[in-house]
Amino acid sequence: MRVTIEVNGRETSADIEDRLLLVHYLRNTLGMTGTHWGCDTSNCGACTVWLDGLPVKSCTTLAAMADGRSVRSVEGLEGDTLDPVQQGFIEEHGLQCGFCTPGMMMVARALLDRDPDPDEATIREAISGNLCRCTGYENIVRAIRWAARKQAETGRSDREAEEAVL
Amino acid sequence: MQVPAPFTYERAGSVDEALSLLGRYGPEARLVAGGHSLLPMMKLRLARPEALVDINGLAELDYIRVDGDHLAIGAMTRHAAVLESPLLSEHYRIFAEAERVIADPLVRNRGTVGGSLCQADPSEDLSAVFAALRGEVVIRSTGGVRRVPMREFHVGPYETAVGDGEILVEVRVPIRTSVGSAYEKVERRAGDWSIAAAGAFVVLDGDRISDVGLGITAVGAEHFTCAEAEAALVGAQPDDEAVEAAAAICASSCNPTVDQRGPEDYKRHLVSVLVARALRRSIAVARVGSSRGVED
Amino acid sequence: MTATETPSPDTLTSPAGNPLGFGRMLRKEDARFVRGQGHYVDDLVLPGMLHGAILRSSYAHAKIVSIDTSAAEAHPKVKAVITGKTLEGLNLAWMPTLSGDVVAVLATDKVRFQGQEVAFVIAEDEYSARDALELIEVEYEPLPAVVDARHALDPDAPVIRDDLEGRTDNHIYDWEAGDAAACDEVFANAEVVVAEDMIYPRVHPAPMETCGAVAHMDKVTGKLTIWTTTQAPHAHRTIYALVAGLPEQKIQVISPDIGGGFGNKVGIYPGYVLAIVGSIVTGVPVKWVEDRSENLMSTSFARDYHMHGEIAATRDGKILGLRVNVLADHGAFNGVAQPTKFPAGFFHVFTGSYDYPAAHCKVTAVYTNKALGGVAYACSFRITEAVYLVERMVNCLAFELGMDPAELRMKNLLRPEQFPYTSPTGWVYDSGNYPRALEEAMRIAGYDELRAEQAKRREEAAKPGADPSAPLMGIGISFFTEAVGAGPRKHMDILGLGMADGCELRLHPTGKAQLRLSVQTQGQGHETTFAQIVSHVIGIPPEDIEVIHGDTDNTPFGLGTYGSRSTPVSGAAAAVAAQRVKEKAKVIAAAALECSVEDLEWEHGRWYVKGDHAAGKTMAEIAMAAHSSLELPEGVEGHLDASVVYNPPNLTYPFGAYICVVDVDPQTGAVKVRRFIAVDDCGPRINPMIVEGQVHGGLADGVGMALMEVIAFDSDGNNLGGSFMDYLLPTSMECPSWELGETVTPSPHHPIGVKGVGESATVGSPPAVVNAVLDALQIRAADMPFTPAVTWRALQGRPIRPDLAIE
Repeated sequence: MRVTIEVNGRETSADIEDRLLLVHYLRNTLGMTGTHWGCDTSNCGACTVWLDGLPVKSCTTLAAMADGRSVRSVEGLEGDTLDPVQQGFIEEHGLQCGFCTPGMMMVARALLDRDPDPDEATIREAISGNLCRCTGYENIVRAIRWAARKQAETGRSDREAEEAVL
Repeated sequence: MQVPAPFTYERAGSVDEALSLLGRYGPEARLVAGGHSLLPMMKLRLARPEALVDINGLAELDYIRVDGDHLAIGAMTRHAAVLESPLLSEHYRIFAEAERVIADPLVRNRGTVGGSLCQADPSEDLSAVFAALRGEVVIRSTGGVRRVPMREFHVGPYETAVGDGEILVEVRVPIRTSVGSAYEKVERRAGDWSIAAAGAFVVLDGDRISDVGLGITAVGAEHFTCAEAEAALVGAQPDDEAVEAAAAICASSCNPTVDQRGPEDYKRHLVSVLVARALRRSIAVARVGSSRGVED
Repeated sequence: MTATETPSPDTLTSPAGNPLGFGRMLRKEDARFVRGQGHYVDDLVLPGMLHGAILRSSYAHAKIVSIDTSAAEAHPKVKAVITGKTLEGLNLAWMPTLSGDVVAVLATDKVRFQGQEVAFVIAEDEYSARDALELIEVEYEPLPAVVDARHALDPDAPVIRDDLEGRTDNHIYDWEAGDAAACDEVFANAEVVVAEDMIYPRVHPAPMETCGAVAHMDKVTGKLTIWTTTQAPHAHRTIYALVAGLPEQKIQVISPDIGGGFGNKVGIYPGYVLAIVGSIVTGVPVKWVEDRSENLMSTSFARDYHMHGEIAATRDGKILGLRVNVLADHGAFNGVAQPTKFPAGFFHVFTGSYDYPAAHCKVTAVYTNKALGGVAYACSFRITEAVYLVERMVNCLAFELGMDPAELRMKNLLRPEQFPYTSPTGWVYDSGNYPRALEEAMRIAGYDELRAEQAKRREEAAKPGADPSAPLMGIGISFFTEAVGAGPRKHMDILGLGMADGCELRLHPTGKAQLRLSVQTQGQGHETTFAQIVSHVIGIPPEDIEVIHGDTDNTPFGLGTYGSRSTPVSGAAAAVAAQRVKEKAKVIAAAALECSVEDLEWEHGRWYVKGDHAAGKTMAEIAMAAHSSLELPEGVEGHLDASVVYNPPNLTYPFGAYICVVDVDPQTGAVKVRRFIAVDDCGPRINPMIVEGQVHGGLADGVGMALMEVIAFDSDGNNLGGSFMDYLLPTSMECPSWELGETVTPSPHHPIGVKGVGESATVGSPPAVVNAVLDALQIRAADMPFTPAVTWRALQGRPIRPDLAIE
């Protein structure tokens, strides 16, 4: 079947097998390997991308289900500068091996768009569907707090900036 | 990575279209909503539908509203929407309490009420919630609409009353006043399936329990409830004695399977603890709320 | 500051704001990772690349009657199907393990664990390869499985390894350490002896990235390039050469970005070999990446030690001796990855952090119908098991004596003046101040206040009408001593390869440097830390030092990253290389300044003439001079570089004191970790931010193992932890906000005093959590993981055995 999917604001289109998983559409069909996978069973969140603005697990979502919809992946986080979430992960050492990081950041970005000032408990719940084996989560929580503070200082979230452009 | 066996993908734009697609592909077709439970089963090749009918586009089934003296929840309502619904919370806090411990936030963004009920995992939480509340499901086919009480919905593990060529479109729950409700779950880890979970609602009439519902999941409770315990509670004073007696009935009448989540004695014990806790909290809320007619 | 004083490198900063040496520095590698531009094995696509998938045994123990691959071969997208028979023809059906055993690449005669490799399909795409697996028909004749290690040596137990000639039982080895007779005497005369059985159950490192490889055998050049998830690229290269008979100069192993290792990526798995064979057979690159179930079921489990410990002491709590019998479940093949002379790894460091004369251990290893492995999951060659044993036994003793476990530990900890300390089993601990670390942990925890709170809660709970659901509060302590940084090579080798590591430092003419390492990061931040080590010694900015690793064609030989050995071994190599460059720079500076070498003094990054501070040369100027037309003294070659092989004189011994506070729901058995305090002493911290991150991760491992992680087997040998639905890793919800502290005791024999930290927290934290849970329950012993059911049953006095299916 032929699908047309907006990925990070760009229209993409391909002939695919009906059963192709969204994570494979991104990684194999489009060659965008920033989105990883870590399990087969919706448990680890390494494959997290946004589908129509909401973070979902792309290894148990069909590419066909995204046909005509929009997807945002880690490659779509950076604008003119790094997203505050990306910068926060660097500043607070929120990553080590980097494998869960793209999924974590997609969740973090979605959280901050909804709640620009989340407390620790809110952050912990938000990332509870994303496993990390390196950080013990401590510095991921701090990274997201860093991003929240950064946004508050600059007064604009990424989404607001995007809306301002539109 | 594991990948599903080949199938044909179809997308439905309306309930009628979905029904027509189901008709075309026959019993080997399956509906897919969120897919975060069905697709893992397909990747593990435990499920091998020949056709998948994607109903994510059925916005007509994505609603939570008051319909007369019922709350009506469309089958395509996402778990996250149930968790955050002020309307549902106003009437029954059991919804938010259960939803908060269903899977994880990402799965809740994608998973739907109808999808969870129709997947019919024996450890599924909403089955217990709707069983407790004595909800009913609305099932459509090309032949029309039928309603099935939630307590007749499950016909076995992973099997429901929804037949070939049918779609679950709505779940309905009676609105009650002077009611309190609660949900209690124990899991090995956040996001794991329940070891056991219990939900309850209690309606108080003065110092008596005038109506009560119990929902129990993951332990083989018949129809995800315990009618015998409910019967014992109706008319009783909402005290420790009544609560403990009902909890004991639930513990002895359920039928837990032994697995790595726990041995049988523990699971029965856990049922009694969780039923008692859910009842106590429901009673406490009902006492507060009885003056206002809704949960506080 | 006077002109002649050398400023501390740590106080100086580079133009980019980084420390010119040790200190907090943001990681160089993060720029690519936060953009999704890491390069992991599965990201690699080569022209014409095919995809492999492995058919695995559904039985734990069965004879293979027949394998019919015809339907799979007929699949239009399948290029080849390889079975054990194919490999027999190539003499590759079996390969050596890292422990002197052999393991089947593809099963020929029998399958010996569920998930064992049976056939390999190579197809045009991954989906087709997976589809074709279903088309292979294997006829099995099921055999009874050996599941419970305690029955592996029963006379009627089925013989698993009948492939080995003359085998009549499942015994692998007996091994012992310490003085049995002296120990027996101490125990015979001791006032108090406490014995306890405990299981450190089978767990799995489960890095977020599974194992995989892309192999490309270039038919024209005869060169094999293999991109693979390996923590030890050089060792893999040599082993491929030995196993496959390929010329080693024609093998290039590339270990790109690795999504976590934790010991899972030390071994060579059949899948890697099959990718190579697949590329040889098809003539094009072949990719194989395991799925999560394959990862959990077949590659490198950890632990699986059944331990019987006995501790002897005086009535007032002076420990006199410790002895232990271990039954080690090695699975169906002895494939542990550890130094040859240490079949039980470093388990015999089990005497721990305490001062007593008598110790003895005996380890008996057996085959069972389970996957192979054993040394993995940040275990420091089984020091996880050793620390668990001693820290549980000390708590059992405290329980019996009615003593506070902190007081008991303080009474027995080695004193600072005892270092270097030779342990009863022969280890030479390099340095330590143990009481100071425990005091610091107790200070951060507010230990006395915690005990007071606990006493108050217990008093409340004992009152009539007390809330039966009130949480039980528990406080657990562990004190660990690690032994990391293997070799020296004369004592330690793997498959005959001595445990030493090479390093090359090269300054380019403009003063920018490249550092080539034999070790391989899996997230530890080597690209940053090793640049800081060089900067610390020669004062050039860390941002000017490019760290190159993970490519055997472009780095010197060495044994790789595991056992927390990168900083102790390769870190030392880098420091020594930098020191040599600094000394050579001095000679060149003297030539450039036309003075004698003796007239030069060093300030960070610059040689200058004594008494004339302005007359000097920076490292960049010296680097240019080294490559210029400047005439150098007789015997001094141009350029500015150094090549080092570092053979460590001894292990380093990091240590720490951990305190965990839990609340247990007595009715449901649910455990909540309320606080976790970790004081680590790993010597000077090169980059404290990275060190803390390493500790955080290890603490989460401890919570995972103590509360949820386990791979159990049912009586048929079915793996009950074969997916992330069943093998539970801790999430952000189970982990508290870690509270860290530090003390600093340099290693006297390491060039920059550092000790390594990668595994400390994984080693030290499980007993702290377990001791806390048992303290809450006020019982002496029960086995982890403390899932709600296990905890509740322990409280009922009917504990559950964690390694078997729950009944």
